[in-house]
Amino acid sequence: MSGSEPAVALENLRVAFGKVQVVDGVDLSLERGQALALIGESGSGKSVTLRAILRLFPEGRSRIEGGIRAAGKDVRALTRRQLADFRGGDVSMIFQEPLLAFDPVYTVGRQITEAILRHETISKDAARKRALALFERVRIPSPERRLDNYPHEMSGGMRQRAMIALALACRPQVLLADEPTTALDATVQIQVLLLLRELQRDLGLSIVIVTHDLGAAVEVADRIAVMYAGKIVETGTAHQVVLNPHHPYTIGLLRSRAEGALAKGSRLQTIPGSPPDLANRPPGCPFAPRCFLAEERCRREMPPVAEIAAGHRVACWRTDEASAAYRAGPTPVRAAEPVPA
Amino acid sequence: MTVPVTAASVALDGGVLAAEDVTHGPEAAFVPSRGFWGHVGHRLVRDPVAMGAGAVILAVVLIAILSPWITPMDPYKGSMLRRLKHVGDATYWLGSDELGRDMISRLMLGSRLSLFIGVTPVLIAFVIGSAIGILAGYVGGWTNTILMRTIDVFFAFPSVLLAIALSGALGAGIFNSIVSLTCVFVPQIARVAESVTTGIRKRDYIDAAKLSGASALTIMRVQVLGNVVGPIFVYATSLISVSMILASGLSFLGLGVRPPEPEWGLMLNTLRTAIYVNPVVAALPGVCIFVVSIAFNLFSDGLRSAMEIRQ
Amino acid sequence: MSVIPDAPDPFARDRGGPAQPLLSVSGLVKHFPVRKAGGKKQVVRAVDGVDFDVLKGETLGIVGESGCGKSTTAKLLMGLIERDSGTMLYDGQPVGERAMPWRSYRRQAQMVFQDSYASLNPRMTVEQSIAFGPKVNGVPAREAVERARGLLARVGLEPKRFAGRYPHEISGGQRQRVNIARSLALEPRLVLLDEAVSALDKSVEAQVLNLLLDLKAEFGLTYIFISHDLNVVRFISDRVMVMYLGRVSEIGPSDTVLDAPAHPYTEALLASMPSLDPDNRTQAALLAGDPPNPIDPPSGCRFHPRCALAEDVCGRTEPPLDTVRPLHRVACLARQPGSGHSAAPASALAA
Repeated sequence: MSGSEPAVALENLRVAFGKVQVVDGVDLSLERGQALALIGESGSGKSVTLRAILRLFPEGRSRIEGGIRAAGKDVRALTRRQLADFRGGDVSMIFQEPLLAFDPVYTVGRQITEAILRHETISKDAARKRALALFERVRIPSPERRLDNYPHEMSGGMRQRAMIALALACRPQVLLADEPTTALDATVQIQVLLLLRELQRDLGLSIVIVTHDLGAAVEVADRIAVMYAGKIVETGTAHQVVLNPHHPYTIGLLRSRAEGALAKGSRLQTIPGSPPDLANRPPGCPFAPRCFLAEERCRREMPPVAEIAAGHRVACWRTDEASAAYRAGPTPVRAAEPVPA
Repeated sequence: MTVPVTAASVALDGGVLAAEDVTHGPEAAFVPSRGFWGHVGHRLVRDPVAMGAGAVILAVVLIAILSPWITPMDPYKGSMLRRLKHVGDATYWLGSDELGRDMISRLMLGSRLSLFIGVTPVLIAFVIGSAIGILAGYVGGWTNTILMRTIDVFFAFPSVLLAIALSGALGAGIFNSIVSLTCVFVPQIARVAESVTTGIRKRDYIDAAKLSGASALTIMRVQVLGNVVGPIFVYATSLISVSMILASGLSFLGLGVRPPEPEWGLMLNTLRTAIYVNPVVAALPGVCIFVVSIAFNLFSDGLRSAMEIRQ
Repeated sequence: MSVIPDAPDPFARDRGGPAQPLLSVSGLVKHFPVRKAGGKKQVVRAVDGVDFDVLKGETLGIVGESGCGKSTTAKLLMGLIERDSGTMLYDGQPVGERAMPWRSYRRQAQMVFQDSYASLNPRMTVEQSIAFGPKVNGVPAREAVERARGLLARVGLEPKRFAGRYPHEISGGQRQRVNIARSLALEPRLVLLDEAVSALDKSVEAQVLNLLLDLKAEFGLTYIFISHDLNVVRFISDRVMVMYLGRVSEIGPSDTVLDAPAHPYTEALLASMPSLDPDNRTQAALLAGDPPNPIDPPSGCRFHPRCALAEDVCGRTEPPLDTVRPLHRVACLARQPGSGHSAAPASALAA
């Protein structure tokens, strides 16, 4: 790791909407030029964490605590004016649904040139040229013609590429991606994932991708952080998290995948129950009620973060047992009361 | 052999339920169901604007009901000597009108007619318009085209113009102004009812109901009606304010209530001559119309947002 | 004995015996007219000549991307939209005709939708939604409710706690369990699951898949399982059918089709599944661009403009669905002897 400042650094980030503590103490740092995947299920706080980096919440309704630094700036200290420049200029974002990112009444090319002109003082022609170069960069076929398309005239995959071009228009250092491929077909999804990887490599872009799909995360990310109930439970390189998991939740996620089934028609290993109610969190580890290794201590005290190996951190009291259980193969689970998710 | 699924058989095969499907659920997190309207009520109560508006409406309705017994003075008895007293007068708290009648008593009694001719047309139009709109929306096809194109004709006229024209043709009077206002609102409500119903008709649960073998009428009654009435009702409440203003307008033009009955629009008309002598008193009926119609509007807004319950 | 009046029980109602397919679809066609800007009339060939059988007791997976016609096929199979042409035989009886009117067919075939929220009436409790079907079929109200409670328990939702709930008060996975319970309320033999687990989180998806396996075994169900997720389809299906632009491109036992695909499109679909191995990430996408629009599909083989094996003949000849291995049929000229494609095998399959 270099001595330079990380591209994104979150320090004990806490985000609450009313009484609901959605993000509950997230520490995260992303080196420049790296790609990090935040994975978790709905309600885990992964999207909220991502949005906090751009302060995309209504001021009055949310409460943000902790440190947020991105692209060398203290995000929480930015004035309204600085924030507008910061969004898109230093850090930009792509979404699951590209139609929401574009204005339906203007051509895609015009929206990209305008985004460039808003941040930089260059001629209109130069901006248009840059837009064209971006379209080539994200591999949109016949880019010249496509610049004059309206958003609805493009197919889903192409719109996603156009949105990536728009996000890159002002040469940001960090790209945030919120479920960028969830709405896409499989054959298109892999193209977009490969494109993100290529952009990271060629432009030195730092990427944070939020996804619920472990497969998509493995395809793009150098590092993976697993979130559960507003906390990061396990973080490490993709290799460490996927091949050598130490947190029971990560193990559960890996085991519940259909391709992990032992034999056709055999039952899948599942994580019992459903995530906790964030408005009244139980004490101790939030995963304890669903965990196959939970013991008395887990229900009382939040486990500290243990460093398993360099860069591989796990918030669990029983990392050794979890890892051993994973290596031993699928385990039967027994519990009493039926509250399925 | 068959598989009767009853509570008893489930107790027996409870063991089949996969062990991993179950967990220790926090019993504390279990909230008893309130039902849909329970949720709406709960959210409405927490909306201060809607509650304020609701309080105003409630107060006006109470005054309207009780006014014959609680007016401080006789609202019909005038006095040539005490005309156009100012607001804050020792006897006439809110002044007196051009015939020396007590303003506060007349405003109180006037709320009866104003509310009546404001609310009644909307209620009638709600019933007729919903029926037309739901039918058009659910049946679709040609029925929809014919009904909705006919309705569209009414939209060619501004509602004020339509109300005046109809009232003018039918002649003055309370009954006629209610009829003409109803005619103004039926197309508007029908239009909303049609679009709500068309939206509901495309939902998966309607398809699921069709798959269960239910007849169109059963689906309409059980699955559609409950889901469309709420949104249409909310729209209708937002029309009450318009209706009150239009009704007052008709009375103001002499097409509605006739003197000496107190009605806010009519009072505004008769006091118009006194506007230079006593502008505050002349404006009072207008203030009442304004406040009550705004209250209806805000309340309907609150109701709409309270009904937006998603997962 | 069945709870539904005059509906014989699901096992006794079998007519054709185990060899007779439960559902036999042939020549299914549905075109939707659309008007493009400029008033030119065009048709979307959503489903354009689809044949397949669903065997008794099996799970048939249907996979494909957007525009391939899998959802339209689902709606056609349930009669939610009218087919332009084609026949459907349910246990040997033509559906929609005198012997098997839609109403009796639907007692035996039910559907679970993708959107668990939209498929439940928001103003009805869970219990009312499940009891609705039996009620309109003549089951007394009290019995229908009791049955609904039994089914709730069976899908893992404690009736005492869930029966009186409204859809917005329960989680997505719980709602999908309710939808499954409702689909079983009429004691069907065939359940069509249209992307029924796609919107769920992975760990919940696994729970629901397990539930589906249990219910199938317990009630002797036959499933049609539509999904875009090949891993899930491989897990749950006995046979799988791959669709592309309104046509079947490959159908066969799921192990064969997904381990040794014969159609280049199936191969591309499989290659597009993200790898789960960080040391062995996908290097290149086999297909460029998006799946084309079913308006004006390409001539000949519909996949030929994107196909690596495409030759001139592919643009001219529409490949028939031909047997390549026992039970495994493929619509690809490169696999068909004598098709004129240079990669075609020399002689017919000796089987």
